[in-house]
Amino acid sequence: MEKSIGIPKRRRTLRDQDVRIAWFLIAPSLLIILGVTLWPIIYTFILSFFVAPTGINQARTFVGFGNYLSMLRDQAFWDTVKRTLYFTTVSVTLELIIGLAIAQLIHSRPWSWKFLRFALIIPWAVPTIVNGAMWRWIYSADFGALNGILFQLGLIKHYIPWLTKPDTAMNLVIVADLWHTVPFVALILQAALAGLPEELNEAAAVDGANALQRFWFIRLPLLRPAILVALIVRTVEAFRVFDIVYIITGGGPANSTITISYLTYLFSFSYGKQGTGAALSFIISIFTITMAIFYIRFLYRPEETQ
Amino acid sequence: MRTFYKITAMILTLMMIVGMAGCAPAAPAGPVTIHILTMDQAGLKPAEIDQIARDFEAKNPDIKVVMEYVGYDYVHDKIVTGMAAKPPAYDAAMIDVIWPDEFIKAGYLLDVTSKVTPEMKSGIFPAAWYGVARNGKIYGMPWLMDVKYFMYNKDILQQAGFTAPPKTWEEMVEQAKVIKQKGLAEYPITWSWNQKEGVVCDFTTLLFGNGGAFLDANGKPAFNNEKGVQVLTWMKQTVDDGLTNPSAVSSDEMAVEADFLAGKSAFASNWLFQYADSNDATKSQVVGKIEFAPMPVFKAGADAGLASSSVDGSSSFAVMATTPYADQTWKFLTYLASNEVQMKYSANMLPIWQADYEGDSLNTLLGASPTNPVTVPAFKAQFPYANERPTVPYYNEASAALQLAIQEALTGVKTPQQALDEAAAKWVTLGAK
Repeated sequence: MEKSIGIPKRRRTLRDQDVRIAWFLIAPSLLIILGVTLWPIIYTFILSFFVAPTGINQARTFVGFGNYLSMLRDQAFWDTVKRTLYFTTVSVTLELIIGLAIAQLIHSRPWSWKFLRFALIIPWAVPTIVNGAMWRWIYSADFGALNGILFQLGLIKHYIPWLTKPDTAMNLVIVADLWHTVPFVALILQAALAGLPEELNEAAAVDGANALQRFWFIRLPLLRPAILVALIVRTVEAFRVFDIVYIITGGGPANSTITISYLTYLFSFSYGKQGTGAALSFIISIFTITMAIFYIRFLYRPEETQ
Repeated sequence: MRTFYKITAMILTLMMIVGMAGCAPAAPAGPVTIHILTMDQAGLKPAEIDQIARDFEAKNPDIKVVMEYVGYDYVHDKIVTGMAAKPPAYDAAMIDVIWPDEFIKAGYLLDVTSKVTPEMKSGIFPAAWYGVARNGKIYGMPWLMDVKYFMYNKDILQQAGFTAPPKTWEEMVEQAKVIKQKGLAEYPITWSWNQKEGVVCDFTTLLFGNGGAFLDANGKPAFNNEKGVQVLTWMKQTVDDGLTNPSAVSSDEMAVEADFLAGKSAFASNWLFQYADSNDATKSQVVGKIEFAPMPVFKAGADAGLASSSVDGSSSFAVMATTPYADQTWKFLTYLASNEVQMKYSANMLPIWQADYEGDSLNTLLGASPTNPVTVPAFKAQFPYANERPTVPYYNEASAALQLAIQEALTGVKTPQQALDEAAAKWVTLGAK
């Protein structure tokens, strides 16, 4: 906190001028940001109260909360929510566990750790669409690399038609997503690990704590703010998952990989029901905001941040 | 912690840069640049359309044509998003035979009735106009007349001891069982039954081939009656018996082609492009081994006098209603669909012009590509049996309900009857709105 130190009046005027110039300088970008984010949000919100068919000069009918209610009463919608929560929970949990393990590995400076850290960036830097296309080929039933490897290793006798079973398709999408997102979590946690004071760790070692205890009681609590950041960013992103599903399965088989963002897309663009699509996107926002509040309420402790 | 914040800030900055990259401004226009959206699947290959566009530009220096190719399953949604912009992202787009009702209602398609010449009207097959003509008005230029063809691998059939292709689906199953037994193919039949339009196309072929229909005389869904349930039960049975490749549930037409052209299956139903590709040694291991046969029907259909049953997969090009370059765009579309161009590029797409199939023109057409002596008779034999999917403005959502039902039955989530009943109920709800 800045303390008041009795600044002379002349300097305060200068400061005022600075503030004015600052506003002036950021005004153009502020306008753009408001234009491309705030206005669409408001517009979508308004749209969510109308039956709004796609098209040019289409008549819109005000239905109040009709779009929201019709969704909330639809069993297919709740199935989609359940599916999306499953995707989010499983993928974020695995990302954190694997990401933390990789971060710890890099932190312990094994041979070639610099290469490892560099290599980690590649899957994350690949656009999701490219990643999805790649995994679709890996899973290809007749020509895929996964079948090829398993077959050559003698683990399977017949090629397996991946992505054709409703109960496993989502897990395969999660694996493809993990490949892309684990590096993000690992990089954040590795950076946080690098910033931790070594003295505590050493002191605990002197006191006789073993490696597991040091990790559990010293490092993990200190990592909490970094984990929180990774958790919030990844949960929100995972809950809105769209592109990887769009590319790998297109929602199939039998709707088993349709997530709530995909449903929003279908209503807005394939079925021409923009009002329903808008309502769905607000329902997604409510879910994600709730989750973020939950995390901050239970995990965020300001006294631990520096 | 400082390193942590630094790296987090770097990551966030990177994310924003990557995000901004998508918003790069469009290239500045030349004299007049028109943007055309089409599919990279059936009909002409992208390289061929590109060549046609270059030829057109040479003849019309004031017009520049930018083509954009996407997979068939993405075209519809690209049109919808493209039309949200002013001017639209595309000046013209390929329109599948199932979309005109929705797009006309949405006001996307320019009424080109007055631009269509009498020569076009009388010269092009009436069936090709079906995709763009509604209520006495014309909303586009016919381009491709396609239908699903039944193709089989002659070699595999011979080795299995069969001298003729099957005439009924029951007969195909018998042949497939022998082929599987003899180890000639692990999965003798391949289909495009993924949760997209492809599965509805194959269902249409099979449904009408069993004497069924989508709607009854009163316009109520009828695909869930016993005819439809028999078809879906049969589809699932072929998967359960290991005759249909189980990957069909996640395969589109391109995957069917890959499977068939690798010589892994004996029977495949696909659009015309698969035939020319089967004779392209860079893509195919079955060059010269693929033959056409009329699309089979079920025994019940055959007994009722049905000779064949397939599905119409024709498409057109439409000028977008809000384009500032309607005349230039129409000029290109008429060139693209002109008899001269269609005759020249007939290897992957047969002409829509009736005169090409008569007299001297027929000889020219048969000589225009090495595959034409086979594909032209196949087209003439199969197209008359092309059945239509329903023409309703809410087709996409109705189709999605049917896709879901078929997949639920195929994967054993629901029984065929239960799944089709639910889809039919959805159609009723959609129609009531």
